[in-house]
Amino acid sequence: MDSRKIVIMDGNEAAAYIAHKTNEVCAIYPITPSSNMGEWADQWSAEGRTNIWGAVPTVVEMQSEAGAAGAVHGALQTGALTTTFTASQGLLLMIPNMYKIAGELTPTVFHVSARTVASHALSIFGDHSDVMAVRQTGFALLASASVQEVMDMALIAQASTLESRVPFLHFFDGFRTSHEVQKIERLTDDEIRAMIPEERVLEHRQRALSPDRPVLRGTAQNPDFFFQAREACNPYYERCPAVVQAMMDRFAKLTGRSYHLFDYYGAPDADRVIVIMGSAAETVWDTVRALNRAGAKVGVVRVRLYRPFWTDAFIASLPASVRAIAVLDRTKEPGAAGEPLYQDVVTALGERAAAGRLPFSLPRVIGGRYGLSCKEFTPAMAKAVFDELAKPEPKNHFTVGIHDDVTHTSLEYDPSFIIEPDHVVRAMFFGLGADGTVGANKNSIKIIGEETDMYAQGYFVYDSKKAGSRTVSHLRFGPEPIPAPYLIESANFVACHQFVFLDQVDILKYAKPGAVFLLNSSPWKPEEVWDRLPRRVQEQIIEKKLKVYAIDGSRVALEAGMGSRVNTIMQTCFFAISGVLPREEAIAKIKAAIKKTYGRKGEEIVQKNYRAVDMTLEHLREVPVPSAPTSTREIPPPVPEAAPLFVRDVLGTILAGRGDEIPVSRVPVDGTFPTATAQWEKRNISLFVPVWDADLCIQCGNCALVCPHACIRAKRVPSEALAGAPEGFPSAEWKDPQRPGLRYVLGIAIEDCTGCALCVEACPKKSKEQVGRKAINMAEKEPIHERGRRHWDFFLSLPDTDRTELDLSLVRDVQFARPLFEFSGACTGCGETPYVRILSQLFGDRAIIANATGCSSIYGGNLPTTPWCTDAHGRGPAWSNSLFEDNAEFGMGFRLTIDQHRQFAAELLGRLRDQIGGDLVEALLHAPQRSEAEIEAQRERIAELRRRLAPLNSAEARHLEAVAGHLVRRSVWVVGGDGWAYDIGYGGLDHVLASGRNVNALVLDTEVYSNTGGQASKATPRGAVAKFAAGGKPAAKKDLGLMAMCYGNIYVARVALGANPRQTLQAFLEAEAYDGPSLIIAYSHCIAHGINMQKGLEQQKLAVQSGHWLLFRYHPDLAAQGKSPLILDSRPPSIPLKSYAYNETRFKMLAMSRPQDAERLLQLAQADVARRWQLYQRWTADDAKAMETPARA
Amino acid sequence: MDLSTTYMGLKLRNPLVAAASPLSQRLDDLRRLEEAGAGAVVMFSIFEEQIHHDAEALDHLLSAGAESYAEALSYFPDVGDYLVGPERYLELVHEASQALAIPVIGSLNGVSNEGWIDYARRIEEAGAKAIELNTYYLATDPDRPGSEIEQMYVDVVTAVARSVRVPVAVKIGPFFSSIANMVRRFEESGARGAVLFNRFYQPDFDLDEMDVRSDLHLSTPMELRLPLRWIAILYGRVNLSLAATTGAHSGLDVAKFVLAGADVVQTCSALLKNGIGHLRTMLQELESWMTEKEYDSISQMRGAMSQRAVANPAAFERANYIRILEEYKSRYAIT
Repeated sequence: MDSRKIVIMDGNEAAAYIAHKTNEVCAIYPITPSSNMGEWADQWSAEGRTNIWGAVPTVVEMQSEAGAAGAVHGALQTGALTTTFTASQGLLLMIPNMYKIAGELTPTVFHVSARTVASHALSIFGDHSDVMAVRQTGFALLASASVQEVMDMALIAQASTLESRVPFLHFFDGFRTSHEVQKIERLTDDEIRAMIPEERVLEHRQRALSPDRPVLRGTAQNPDFFFQAREACNPYYERCPAVVQAMMDRFAKLTGRSYHLFDYYGAPDADRVIVIMGSAAETVWDTVRALNRAGAKVGVVRVRLYRPFWTDAFIASLPASVRAIAVLDRTKEPGAAGEPLYQDVVTALGERAAAGRLPFSLPRVIGGRYGLSCKEFTPAMAKAVFDELAKPEPKNHFTVGIHDDVTHTSLEYDPSFIIEPDHVVRAMFFGLGADGTVGANKNSIKIIGEETDMYAQGYFVYDSKKAGSRTVSHLRFGPEPIPAPYLIESANFVACHQFVFLDQVDILKYAKPGAVFLLNSSPWKPEEVWDRLPRRVQEQIIEKKLKVYAIDGSRVALEAGMGSRVNTIMQTCFFAISGVLPREEAIAKIKAAIKKTYGRKGEEIVQKNYRAVDMTLEHLREVPVPSAPTSTREIPPPVPEAAPLFVRDVLGTILAGRGDEIPVSRVPVDGTFPTATAQWEKRNISLFVPVWDADLCIQCGNCALVCPHACIRAKRVPSEALAGAPEGFPSAEWKDPQRPGLRYVLGIAIEDCTGCALCVEACPKKSKEQVGRKAINMAEKEPIHERGRRHWDFFLSLPDTDRTELDLSLVRDVQFARPLFEFSGACTGCGETPYVRILSQLFGDRAIIANATGCSSIYGGNLPTTPWCTDAHGRGPAWSNSLFEDNAEFGMGFRLTIDQHRQFAAELLGRLRDQIGGDLVEALLHAPQRSEAEIEAQRERIAELRRRLAPLNSAEARHLEAVAGHLVRRSVWVVGGDGWAYDIGYGGLDHVLASGRNVNALVLDTEVYSNTGGQASKATPRGAVAKFAAGGKPAAKKDLGLMAMCYGNIYVARVALGANPRQTLQAFLEAEAYDGPSLIIAYSHCIAHGINMQKGLEQQKLAVQSGHWLLFRYHPDLAAQGKSPLILDSRPPSIPLKSYAYNETRFKMLAMSRPQDAERLLQLAQADVARRWQLYQRWTADDAKAMETPARA
Repeated sequence: MDLSTTYMGLKLRNPLVAAASPLSQRLDDLRRLEEAGAGAVVMFSIFEEQIHHDAEALDHLLSAGAESYAEALSYFPDVGDYLVGPERYLELVHEASQALAIPVIGSLNGVSNEGWIDYARRIEEAGAKAIELNTYYLATDPDRPGSEIEQMYVDVVTAVARSVRVPVAVKIGPFFSSIANMVRRFEESGARGAVLFNRFYQPDFDLDEMDVRSDLHLSTPMELRLPLRWIAILYGRVNLSLAATTGAHSGLDVAKFVLAGADVVQTCSALLKNGIGHLRTMLQELESWMTEKEYDSISQMRGAMSQRAVANPAAFERANYIRILEEYKSRYAIT
């Protein structure tokens, strides 16, 4: 037998490893946090890695989880060993097929990184609400609690399903286990083979559909037959638990790791027992160990096989001494008698007690909820549950881990109860996503875990913003396995990789007394940093007697050629001072790891990192700590005092990293939040910001039009309005002879700017004296920070430009329309958000938006602060996210209500005509609402209507008041990415567009699943590399626009803001004005393209010039006028596709890894361009001809 | 008729060499150059800046935005090894030297004395029969005297020549106070050949966009006069091989260079303009002329019209055939 290897991996990789070894087909679809399993499988198959039978498994990405489940079902029915990976809504989409697969007794294992199901809100984090939603399907449910268990149980599940014919769902906690990095033993191929019953594999193939021995499945059955057929499977379910136990026993013999369906651990004479499954079982296990050492008599039953629930084994697992049991569920079932595991335990005990077959007296059983959406579950909380069990009247249906001050379900716990031994190194690192901290820490874990006898654990916490996001790494190292699936609360090493964090988060609250504190002191030198620390930080250092080390890390990084990435430097510091490894040995290992990590990207990168390591050791300093604090600088509040109460109290608390402390009473009950909150979070993430040159500016509005974060705005105001302007506030005469005497001002929100510099790129005006200088230029923020803040505040105080004066088809005028989408958490230089902002500017005050899950729903609706906002009248977009797959239908629902209520309003206006007045009623129903002025007039009519309705004392009047708002033309939008529109939501989008209803679809086409990390969609162009298309996407991009045009009555446009802003505005206005369905497909450059985001607009231009992205508008109304409805706004392709594509890493990386394939695909893609151009051009001509014919006839 | 010649000790079937150009980027084209009659091929240049740039750009762009947001911890699949910077180049040199019977000459472009020099050795290992070192430094610092710059050239030639066993030719521009002295010093530093002269990207102004544009126009036969003069001057005064480049568009131009003293004549623009097959035409023209003038061999012709002259213009920017390096990351955003 080959020997088992010690490896460092996370739960997803462990599950994927076994799945890939033991299957032939994987049908997948990306969903957090399970996506990585599919990505691993895909990568391994791409590398030619084989399963235990020597075949390379087929990995195929489907259009949705429903599709994946269908493909799995089909592959199983035809005899392939088949698997899938999913979570949350994805698992829910598989339910119909799961019933079928189970009903047909088909062996398979679905690997699920269990994740919260969206309810009042979406959450990407882990709990058991998804797996509990499928417990009725007939799948067996097997739980893993740690990364090692994931590997082990994945195999036990595979063996058991083959042996029992019951399909299995193997699950582990999303993020907490799926993304936790642990040192584990990897099973060998021989061990895997020894577990898999070969004869059952052959039987599975024998049962397959085959024309050689045809059978029929999927019949329809009637009342006379169905019921008994449903019961026919019973023996298989009765046998299943014993099969699993037998497989666990076989596994124990092979590996020495012993598992049981229900594993009891604790005092043999325990009186209190917790029953729990998933990662928290580890926490309870460790807590039990600690409590019993201190003399307690407690125990834990760790549930492995939850379905089929085998009562015998459960009862047998309990000590006879048990008097009280707490069952902990990581899910919530509102309205139920109790959560699922609790109910099963109660039923099991009750049944046996009633039958007189319980070998001990019936204990008291209480149930509680914990850990929803990865809420922390710590030993302190486990202890609180045991303490509760000791009470004479313990609370039932409790919660633990939150403060429920409304229904008072929560248990109190003592956070100072910490059981981690001192010999475990507990290190926390606060870094920026962009500085590479997480990557370096993953490296450190590999170094220590793989090259020493120590055990290692890593877990990483990310924030909810995509630009300038903060990361916290939790690393543990110790001589024994680390059963601590919770965040570090008391660290003996704390590192702050960005000085500015000291003003934002209470970092040192995590430091235990005597801990080491490592600080990247940039922009200060270690020698001068002490006096720059906030007073609170100094106090903590002195009180806790911390040992402080500092390095001017950002300067060292710059000098070593590392740019903003301080990762290697801070990692070196960690090894140099933490004492985890002898210093020389550690440095040598870091260098070896650098070679391994970067070697494939070129020797230059390796050398650069070596240089950084060497320079670090020269520049690291210990900071002497005086006996008393010297600083007078206090930590600023997270949001300004001027913010509304909810923002200060609730959102501000989240911002300060104390969201866990918010009690239930301060939380919205139904997921409803105020808009316009992003303005209160001043993130200050960019060191460079734009500065306006008022004299040079030609006032074109390009900069404001392209700004992804709505940080650049324009107003034109009377000169008097500037009377109270702060010193140096720039303005210029508004260059419009029609409106003399106005001043033009450009406001720049420098504290919200992310530094993308797209504004500078878009500025067409160059200085005559110095052509490199434009009318807007990037400058260092620090010297102008205070002034810039004052200028922005004053700018906001100036009145908005009257919308009725604007021609919104002109870029020059759109700059004056107030953005109702601002300061989102999107990536720096995002290509999507300018379109979203334009939508808000043009129609925001009467828009209602359905947003598909994806990047736009995350930067649009992720707490703590959100970007959709309101105008001076308090009007603004109403926004909601339903799901990923149903967005078009969700938005169509909006339209149905609006149309229905408008009709109802018309009916009521008719009924109340005499009281209201005939003229007003006529105007309300028939006045045109094409222009801003006409819409404003309608709003005034509605105000007048409300005045006239107020004195009327009738139900009809009240109903009319309630629906009168819909008499203003509503703008219904369904917004989402290409993953939604081309793949998972395509069926719905197609149906909604075909319905003829007035719904506007905006597809933010990044040509890849951006939000889940770059998986290929059907929008991905030929030759581009993406996850699930590692060899370059072989097929051409789906032409969604062409498909929609075929209906004939849909307005369709393809736009690219960077190539033709005027056409973009025109398309938005035409689509919205068209009284029917419309579809705008917007080219959105993306960080997943691997480009310098500052050149995003330039890439848009090249995409259009090369013919990759044809600009067009298809306007059905033109056909009625005898014209061709298709207007091609692009010129014939004028540059080779290569000139566009090879500026992007997604294309170029194929040329750098598989040059022949790249060349072949590029040639095909170039041929696509020619074919597409001909097709569109012909359509334009043919349409024109077709239109002419009936006219002549 | 004997067209053979010896260049840096390499025996070539004729003096017509395909100069470093995009035509050597594909193996198929290299084969066609050989079929058309080339005596040797010089591979396109691999640039010092390119070596640094490609690796850094790939590293930056593959990792930008990674490990920042929980749902998207990376944006690209791990596709294995990349042919970064020199890797693809070395692979092509290897393939070409296996596939071609004529000598393949590697070309390295750089001027600093940094780690990239090691690539000369790797080009040799890949199978190149010689290295052409293409070097040009734009001296913009008013405080830096010419002597220092000259020493820098000498140092880099010394370093490259020491790092390989195959012969090294130095391809230079005409912008030296004393070209003859420099060529002598290169010879003393270990160079076995001098290639006269390099052509560069020169800046131009786009008056519509108010922007600086940098591109390369194909040479014209008129440009032959400068190298012709210097080959003629150097012939007999130095012992290294002389290669003429720039302006050789016809067989008659080749004849001129050989008469001036060139061991080989490199051509590029004529092939880009007229296609690879033009090389065959040039050889035929050379042979016709030699027949007409009753020359039996190239060696008989070489240096027959060598003479003396001087030239010393100034330059604007370090350029050469390097493609414009795109900026791969924002100067401002932290990603």
